[in-house]
Parts: sequence; structure tokens; C-alpha cells
Amino acid sequence: MNDRWTTDHVLSLAPDAASQKAAAKLSRPTPWAQTGASAEAVWGACKGSGSRPYQTVVALDGPAYHCSCPSRKFPCKHALGLLLLWSSGALAGEGAAQSAGAVAPGAAAVAGPAVAAVAPDWAESWLAGRRERAGRAAAAAAAAAAAPDGDGGSSAPAAGPARDEAAAAARRARRETRVAAGAEELLTRLADQIRGGLAEAPARGYAFWDGVAARMVDAQAPGLASRARDLGALPASGAQWPTRLLEEYAMLHLLATGCRRRETLPAPLAATILSRVGFTVDNAEVLRAGPLVRDQWLVLGSRDTADDRLTTRRLWLRGAGSGRDALLLSFGRPGIAPELSLPTGLELDAELAFHPAVPVLRAALGTRHSAPTRPSFARPRGVSIDDALGSYAAALAGDPWLDSWPTVIADATPVPTEGGWQLVDATGAVPLFAPSPWRLLAASAGRPLTVFGECGHRGFHAVTCWTDAGPLAL
Amino acid sequence: MTTSQAPWTDLVEDALLGTNRRASPDLLGRAAAATVARRAGLRPAPAPPLPEPAPQDCRPALPEAAARRLATLLAENSSELLPQWLGTARARGFAAPPELLPALLDAARQRSDLRSDAVVVAGPRGRWLSALNPDWRYVLRIPAQETAAGSEPPTATGTAADAVWQEGLFAERVTHLTRLRRADPAAGLALLRTTWPTERAEDRLLFLDALQEGLGPDDEPFLEAALSDRAKNVRATAAELLSTLPGSGLAARMAERARRAVALGTDGALLVDPPALCDASMLRDGIAATSPTGRGDRAFWLGEIIAATPLSFWAELVEEADATQVPQRVLSRAAAPTWSDELREGWARAAVRQHDAAWARALLAERPEQVLGRAVSGGAPSRLLSVLPAAERAAWTARFVSRQGLADAFQLLVTCAAPWPADLSGAVLDALAQAAETGSYPWSHSGVLGVAERSLPCSAAARIDALAAVASSAWAEVLTRLAETLRTRAAMLAELA
Repeated sequence: MNDRWTTDHVLSLAPDAASQKAAAKLSRPTPWAQTGASAEAVWGACKGSGSRPYQTVVALDGPAYHCSCPSRKFPCKHALGLLLLWSSGALAGEGAAQSAGAVAPGAAAVAGPAVAAVAPDWAESWLAGRRERAGRAAAAAAAAAAAPDGDGGSSAPAAGPARDEAAAAARRARRETRVAAGAEELLTRLADQIRGGLAEAPARGYAFWDGVAARMVDAQAPGLASRARDLGALPASGAQWPTRLLEEYAMLHLLATGCRRRETLPAPLAATILSRVGFTVDNAEVLRAGPLVRDQWLVLGSRDTADDRLTTRRLWLRGAGSGRDALLLSFGRPGIAPELSLPTGLELDAELAFHPAVPVLRAALGTRHSAPTRPSFARPRGVSIDDALGSYAAALAGDPWLDSWPTVIADATPVPTEGGWQLVDATGAVPLFAPSPWRLLAASAGRPLTVFGECGHRGFHAVTCWTDAGPLAL
Repeated sequence: MTTSQAPWTDLVEDALLGTNRRASPDLLGRAAAATVARRAGLRPAPAPPLPEPAPQDCRPALPEAAARRLATLLAENSSELLPQWLGTARARGFAAPPELLPALLDAARQRSDLRSDAVVVAGPRGRWLSALNPDWRYVLRIPAQETAAGSEPPTATGTAADAVWQEGLFAERVTHLTRLRRADPAAGLALLRTTWPTERAEDRLLFLDALQEGLGPDDEPFLEAALSDRAKNVRATAAELLSTLPGSGLAARMAERARRAVALGTDGALLVDPPALCDASMLRDGIAATSPTGRGDRAFWLGEIIAATPLSFWAELVEEADATQVPQRVLSRAAAPTWSDELREGWARAAVRQHDAAWARALLAERPEQVLGRAVSGGAPSRLLSVLPAAERAAWTARFVSRQGLADAFQLLVTCAAPWPADLSGAVLDALAQAAETGSYPWSHSGVLGVAERSLPCSAAARIDALAAVASSAWAEVLTRLAETLRTRAAMLAELA
């Protein structure tokens, strides 16, 4: 059996806090029967309020979930509860008390062994379907690799893809026209505001910029839209708001101007501007274009942010051989967990392809060659706070709109002060932010530790720390 | 970067004013350049002073499964399992994982019943954290206590001890005094005497409480003096402490008052004549001038006197040499309805204060035949039970539950240590089965079910499953959850081994 997942990791798969709570209630042996686990999957039947138990299977490689319950949450509480039970070791029947408890009262008569290594039919049929699909996909990929595109010997009809490409190019041209018009309108609005003076901004409230943002959405420039929307909130952001507001006006103005003059800019900067404006490149596209970087990737950490329409998960990796850092993004609708989940602090052998933009960071995850394993080192190498700010500055040279840059800082101590939290080392201090800075302080006990996070002009946002006890997601 | 400072304030000023009022060519372009330059030029700020690191915690770390369990219990805020988890982890000398300390301290902040165990399990690192977070200040008010692993620092001696006593926080001083009393009662009293007149009234009260540790005849002069204290609460506490010293002057004075109030009649029955007024010496010995309850003053004074009289007095009265026979003999002579309740209540309080198991046993033996409703609502049986050895306590409660059912059993069950022995858990399960059968509502037994969750042994789970299988749906749900909790608890305790 592969490394059993930690409770934290299982909980991180949940689409929301309510699901975590519901799953915790199901993480007890009583409602479960026909449970089992193999290297491939975990399965069980959960007694609910209905007459038939829900049949739940989790394939560990995705992870992928299958449950006969009608819930629209994904993964559902049954899948999460089953994983929690498995992660706590209570599923595998360790110890007499647990194995007795693993049989639901109703199932006691048919008992038999509580834990089966062979999946029952309902689980096996789904797993077999998955295996078959994976096999087909691998075969197709191998075939594609064997017959490269544009090879004259290819017998496939060439007209189909060519027509698709022509249509895609036309769509893209239409979109670029719209975006350009949107950028022009945005420049006009910004200029209007500056003529009238920012002193009026607090009186205008959110509505003005929300309206502009809506127009940017219509112009298919979501990147401009979200920056425009953010401008509406800044006048109410406390002391020094004029400085922040002018900074963001200026940076948005710079982006819209860059968009207008894109043709005259160096290609990498133009690519960065396109991605900032909201032209995303499909992960599949990135993987197809390559090049692929195979490495032992350490999972530095992950963080979810949610608004009312979308949950965004950021996962940061560091290659042991290449020394490169990478950022994977995964999205989920509310109630649906982002698909991609990797356990913090573990390493996996996998292929990545980087998106075209400078500085190179965002990547797409290709083939995984191993399940996550424990790395051979206790903690990743880190730099000083001064050097962390230095790498942010270097990254700004490529992408002036960057708010922060991922960095591992070594030998730094979290300190609560009157003016808020600070991260302190021999080179000085930066403002520190974390979901729970007290957890970080408790882990450090007032002594220096290694901490991963995003370092930028607002300070350091901690994501993971390493102590003698290992990695800790904050 | 300081170079952009002056132009930046100019730029902000221009932007606030508006370029219609003041021309500022390419304002946004220049502002963008200044913004990127500022961000790229950021340097670390001067470091603030670092706090002292937390003291090392030498206790063993939790087994992995137990640490995961604690995380789950804290996330669920489990009311039934968290207290026992903490109590067990404390007894076994484990340290909580550092990253769970904030959640643990938050939980104990909301639930004071968790505090003393949580603070010990959180250990020195928890105490260190609490000093930095105002939300967790309550930790510093709980005196550090000895743990099984002995991780607390030894009692300070010499000048260090003086410093703690003279300058320490209140909680530190109480801890220091309590430890000193345990090691050397006379030294503890001497220390308290050095500052006694200057202490505040509420502090004097708690310091007096600390004297219960190692209380002995040598403390009597000090306590006698405290009977004239300015504060009423201090006077009352001093009187109560003196009444538990059988050889004290106060005990003798109370015995003398008892002698005047209770005599042996010619027919062998007790003749009771409570005092007609509360004189100055009674007042000084802690008896209030008027009854604080609705009861008559004379009945109240009688109760106070009996409660503070050494129980050995009654052996003299009935001339019985065998101490185990005394309570029986005395009770059989107090059958007349007049003043009988006041006498029994006084004896019950005396038995509790003087930890007299023979008296407690005799008073309890009468109970089932007595009017139970009144006796139980007085709360006395559970206090009397607490004087008996654990096995006897459980056996008495088991008999009570068998005869009376669960309606009045809650207070009694709470005094029985977990896990309950077979006779008590059997009686409680029988009573639950009957309650389920007669169709009473499960939530009317929620108190009993709660204490049963904490106290039934895991071996009871199978029988509860069987009860659930034949019960109505409301009871089936409650009983299934109970069985599940017992199994989870067994797993939880195994993890803490």
C-alpha cells in the first residue's frame, strides 16, 4: 500500500468547510460496511438514511471519486469520510477494537473479514472502467508520439484539423479586436478619473468600477476586469489609500498601454501581457507544445482562494534536479473541489511544461511517474529575507505587475508586534501574513525555522513551514 | 529606496487634485515607473526585538494516531470525547503537538471545563504562547501544576522563593504556597504570615483555601485569628477549616453548643432544643445571625452547629465504643419528626467535611427508605457518596438506579468514577432499556446519556447495539450514537497508550 494520506491532506480535498464537517461525522467505523483498500483504491458502503447504502470508491492516483449518493458536492462527504477513516488507520483493521467496529451493527451477521483486499463488484466495475480509459489514453498518446504532426506520410485526413485551426484563428482575431477596444475604453476611463482627481474616488463607491469591470468582461478581458473591480474597494482600504489607489491606477494604465503596444514589445513581455489581460493557454496545449521537464518535484505548498464564482487552488513545486520553481493552478466551481491536489512536503516524479510568459513560473502537470513519496532531505533550501526581496525584484523585471514571488526563506522567526506580525531574520524584517500566524508561532516556539510563501511588496504570505517534525501546511 | 520619495508625494498630490486643476504630463506613466521602482527596491525593515524562545518541553510527543485524533476532536469541538482525551493525555504525560496548540487553547478558552487539563497538556510551550496572545491570558491565571512526567520546575527555594512570593503573579503565588504546604506545612504558614495583613480580601480567601493542603493543629492559632478578619468570606472559610480540625478550640466550642442543644432522653431518643439566639461567640465562630434560607433561624443555627461539631462527640453521647456502630445508634435515636431533618442534614455536612465514611454509609443506607425526592433535591446523597470508596459508591448508585430508575440519578452517576464497574453499567443499561421500552423521550435523559457516554466501558457497546436493534427510531439513533462513542473512545484510549 502506498503512503497513507494525512488527515490534513484528505481534508484539503473537500470542496468547502461544511463538507469537512460532514465528512468528519462519517469518519467512524459504524456506518461503513464492505470496506477495503488496495494500492489502487479505497472503497466502502455507507449506511445513510435510505434503505440502500451508498457505494463509494476512491481511486488514489487521481484522486478520482465515485459514489452512488445524489450529492452535488464533489467529492461528496462519503468519499471524504471514507478517506478519513482510511487515513486514520481504522479501515485496515489495526487493533481488535477497530476491526470489531468496522462492521456495522446491521452487517454483523454477514460479517466475514471486515476489510477486503479484493474490491466488491460495484467498486471493481468502476475501477476497471477507469483502467480501460487510462489504457486507451496512453495508447493514443503513444501513437501520437510515434507519428509526429506534419509528417507527409500520415494517412489521416489533413483537411479537418486545418479547418479547425482556421476557425480558431478567426475566433482569436475577433477576441483580440474586442480586447483592444476594451483596453482603449479602460485608458479613457482612467484618464477621465485622473482629470477629475482621485479625491472624488471615495464618494464614487464600488458601482463605477463594477460597471467598467462588466464592460471588460464583455470585451473578453477578464484580467482587466478583475483589476478594474479591485480599484473600487481601494478608497475604503484605510490609511494611505491614495498611495495604493494611485499605484493600482498606474499599474492598470501600464497594462492597458502595454496591450495597445503589444506588437512592438519583445515576445516574452507580450506573452506576459496577454496572460495578464486574460488570454490563457490551455494546459493541454502547453503540454503538447513542450518542452517537458521531468524532475523530482517537491510540493512546497498549496493555497485555495475563493470568490462567489470560483475556487482557485495554487500549488507550488520545486524541482530537485532543475532547481526550478513551478506554479500549478486548478479551479473549481463552488461546492466542487479543484481537481488537482498534491500532498505538501512530499515529492513526485513527474513531467511539467511551463506556460509561455516571463518570468517562467506557471506550469501544466503532465505524466506522473510515481506516487508522492517522502523526500530524502528534511527541508528545502532557503534564502534570507533580503535575498527573497531580491528575487521578487528580479521577477518584477520580467513582469512588473507581479505582487509577489514564491520563495523559501530559511532561519526566520515569526514575531507578533504591536504593528502586526513580522517575519524576522539576520537581514531584517518583513510584514508576515498567514491564515493562522499563531500556528506558525507555535511551530517555531520562538526559534528560527524554514518557511515557504509568497514574498512581495505587501510582505510575506506564509504557506508552509518546516520544523524538526517535518512540513506543516499553515 | 528613498530617491522616489519626494516625487511620489508630488504625484499623489497631483492625482488627488486632478489634472484639470493642475497639469501633470503623463502622470500615470510616471506613477507606474515610481511604483515598480519602489517595489523592486524594497529592503527588509529593521528587525523588532525577538521574544525569548519557549522553554524546551521534554515530554514525549503524541503517537501519530493520537495527534490525528486530537486534531479531529478539536475540529469537531467534541463535547463528549475531548475532556477524556485531554485527561488521559495529561495523566500519561504526553505533550500536545505544537501546531495544535492554538486550536487547543481556543477550545479551552470557550470551555472552562477543559482548562486545567488543556493547560497541562499544552505544557511550557502553551504557557509561553499564552503570554503573547491576550485571548489566552486565562492560561496564566491557572497555577502550574505537577504533571505525571514532572515537567514543571521544582519549587523555588531561598531568595528565588521570596521573589516569587513578593513579586509573582497571583496564580504563581498560589502555586508556590500550595507546593510549599505539601512539602513543609509550617514553612508555608510562616510564609503566608509574612504578608497576610497586606493582602487583598479576595486573595486572602484563596490563600486560606490553599491551607487545606497539609492542614493540621499547628494552623489553629492562625485560623483562630482569621475568625476576626475584616472580610466575611474569610471568616466563614476560617471557621470551616477549623471545624475540620477535630482537636481545635472551635470544634470544642461547637461540641459544647451541640451538648446544650441535643441530649439523650430517658427513653433513649434524642431530645433537641436548638439555641434561642445567636450570641457573639457563635457569630465569631462563623454562624450567621439570621437564616439565609427561608427556614427558621433556630433550625438554621442547629444545622450550622451540628455540621461543625466533631462526629466523635456523638460516640460520647451514646456511649458507644465501636466507631462503626455509632452512626447507626445515633440515627436510630433521631427518628422523631421534630428537628430530624436538620440533624440529618448537619450530620451529612459534617461527614463530608470530616471525610467520615462510616457516617456517610449510615446516612446513605437510610435514603432509599426515606422520602427520596426531598433528599435527592438537597444534593446531599451525591456529596455523601463522594466520601465513600469508589467501588462502594458505584454499588450504592447501582442499587439506587435499579430501584428508582434514571430520573433522579444524574447527580449520583456524576460522582462515580469512569469506567463504571459491571454492576453499575448493568443497572444503567437495564434502566435505559426500560426507558426505551416505555416510550419516554430520549432527550429527557440527555444528562444521563451524556455521563454514560463518558463512563460506560467499551464492553457495553455490544449490548447497546442489541437494545438499538429493537428500539423505536428516536431511541435507536441515540443508542447507536452511544455505542459508536464508546467504540471510538476505546480506539482513542488505545492510541494514547
